[in-house]
Amino acid sequence: MPPRELSRGEVVILAERCKGCGFCIAYCPRGVLDVSDKFNSKGYHPPYVKEADKCVNCHFCEIICPEFAIYSVSIFERKEEIAGA
Amino acid sequence: MTARKKELPPHPMDHLLRVDRIPHIWCPGCGIGTVFGGILAAIQKSAFDLDRLAMVSGIGCTGRMAGYIKVDSFHTTHGRAIPFATGLKLARPDIKVIVASGDGDLFAIGGNHFIHAARRNIDMTVICVNNLNYGMTGGQQAPSTPLGFKTTTTPEGSPEEPFNFCHLADTCGAVYVARWTALHIRLLTNSIAEAMQKRGFSFVEVLCPCPSAFGRRNRLGSALDTLKLYHDRSVIKNDIDTKGAVIDFSGEIVVGKFVDRTRQTFLDYYQTIVCHKESEENSAEATK
Amino acid sequence: MREKAVKKGIYFMNGDHACCEGAIAAGCRFFAGYPITPATEVAERMSVRLPQVGGIYIQMEDEIASMAAILGASWGGAKAMTSTSGPGFSLMMENIGLAVCTETPCVICNVQRAGPSTGLPTNVAQGDMMQARWGSHGHYEIIALAPSSPQEMFDLTIRAFNLSEEFRVPVLIMADEVVGHMNERVVIPDEAEIEIVNRRKPEVSPEAYLPYRPGPDGVPRLPDCGDGYRIHVTGLTHDERGYPVMNAQAQAQMVERIVNKIRRNREKIIKTRSYYLDDAKVVVIAYGITFRSARSAVEEARQAGLKVGLIKLETVWPFPEELVRSVAKEVKALIVAEINMGQMVLEVERCAAGRCPVHLVSHAGGTVIRPERIREGIVSALKRKRRR
Repeated sequence: MPPRELSRGEVVILAERCKGCGFCIAYCPRGVLDVSDKFNSKGYHPPYVKEADKCVNCHFCEIICPEFAIYSVSIFERKEEIAGA
Repeated sequence: MTARKKELPPHPMDHLLRVDRIPHIWCPGCGIGTVFGGILAAIQKSAFDLDRLAMVSGIGCTGRMAGYIKVDSFHTTHGRAIPFATGLKLARPDIKVIVASGDGDLFAIGGNHFIHAARRNIDMTVICVNNLNYGMTGGQQAPSTPLGFKTTTTPEGSPEEPFNFCHLADTCGAVYVARWTALHIRLLTNSIAEAMQKRGFSFVEVLCPCPSAFGRRNRLGSALDTLKLYHDRSVIKNDIDTKGAVIDFSGEIVVGKFVDRTRQTFLDYYQTIVCHKESEENSAEATK
Repeated sequence: MREKAVKKGIYFMNGDHACCEGAIAAGCRFFAGYPITPATEVAERMSVRLPQVGGIYIQMEDEIASMAAILGASWGGAKAMTSTSGPGFSLMMENIGLAVCTETPCVICNVQRAGPSTGLPTNVAQGDMMQARWGSHGHYEIIALAPSSPQEMFDLTIRAFNLSEEFRVPVLIMADEVVGHMNERVVIPDEAEIEIVNRRKPEVSPEAYLPYRPGPDGVPRLPDCGDGYRIHVTGLTHDERGYPVMNAQAQAQMVERIVNKIRRNREKIIKTRSYYLDDAKVVVIAYGITFRSARSAVEEARQAGLKVGLIKLETVWPFPEELVRSVAKEVKALIVAEINMGQMVLEVERCAAGRCPVHLVSHAGGTVIRPERIREGIVSALKRKRRR
């Protein structure tokens, strides 16, 4: 990661695992997420990434989620992976 | 050069999960999933040999945890996870044994086993998810139900004062005692990791929302509302006397790491006193 | 400090102690128990012998914990045992069910005393025989052996461990206070002469492995904890993966398999001993200490010219149905002698199915059945006219 630059993340949502509890949306410190209008096959509304640029890869959504339904990955690592693919 | 979109990595905990059983059975907003994630994160952080790790659980919502973790796991009878874990640990001291169960399983039907395993200082880590009732059976009174709170078997309010589990664990000789809530997920994860590294009987209590039963019956709102309640009322008081580690929904919910001490384990004494061997405390590593 | 596991020699030994020696000879290295008359001596001897052979003895806080601990130890790869009597046996029932459902090898010795409830703690009875078969909830099959002497306490305990390992089922040693507390000649053979059976482990890699898929004999090949297979073991009804499944098909598949695991292997499991059946008009059936009285009565009767035979039940469960059915066709009457108000006699009646009368010589407990009473039963059965 380049020095003196803010950590940035890409949020991955596994919609089929979500049960719509809302923890991730409420506790994201950057307001990245909001409730989606869509349903998953169980009828829950998963979150969606409303403000992708604001994600700092803090992983709080990942660790507060009871369902293992959401996580973030560093965009810098992603860029390296994709470049090296 | 067009960058090929590489497949996203799976969820970081998928290698520790029985993904063929996910989504799990816990209700939307139930804190058990979060605690479970904390346990998995602590295991990951501690770099244990996953083939030398076992989870033993009892009956109840939390007891179902054993069915989702991808290590040797044992879903035993109601209240009997701790003695089962005792047998397992004594037969295989090299295996790290984690007991995960609920407040009713560990302290009502399992109460006797809890106090003796703590007294003996059997080397195991006990994680108690405390949702203040018996959730799986629909929300009955438990030894954790606060005075006056409603459950299906105390529709007018519980006429009993609950245990202070941390104080009980402390008094019985546990070498590590901590309490957190599901909201304190980072501190909880660290605490679980610490507890697992510890030799001896380690205990971590975690308060969790039960939106379907306890929360609903006591009009506590949604699980998010309960997390907000934890946020507003919880106070971290590390190292205090566990007598003061109270859970008062109209006052303070005291969380923190209360006890962290050293004591000879059952196996230590068994070796020196019964088998007449030299003390192995310095050389024996129960957590390899 | 270390001593030999198998102390070859000829001893004058208490039955409870002989049970302990048999267990250790069989490879038992974990005992969790609770004191209860008349089984306490098994625990006491274990507390001395296990540290000598590198094993662990722990006295748990109650019998429920004892049973749970031996299951945990068994999954840790240890051959594990507990001993108890009636009141403790009742407490152990739930976890015996867990052992049956999870297919955990273990041995439980019940040195029976008079019940019900606290009863006569220091006096003999054989009142837990049906409980041995049906004591835990749900439908299942189990193996139970009945030693008749301290020598058999040694021998049958070894057999109990072997059967338990082979069939991955709890095995009960249904002893009684007299067999447990009497002192008699016990021959402990050379270690090399003792046959040991060990549980069979999986032979495929963890990726290709289904924990509860049975082998051709109906017995699954399960690993121990720490073998790297990462299995899930539960008392919930489960499928071949070991995962809980909540429907009738899974229930049928699991329960039928664990029941048939024992039923279809009955020939290997059942052991009885027959005496004088060739010309017997009346046959006595007995087990445990009552076999000793029955043998005495039968030998005396034969010396007096009476055509009586004897069947000793060494395995009580599964019950030797085929033997009793075939004998019932040939004899004038069957006599069951036992120290209870009629338990194994019900099995005999069921299997005789009316082909011959079945008489019971018994009492409620507290003392042995004297040979004279059995002799009277034999004489009376021989005299009776056959009803049409």
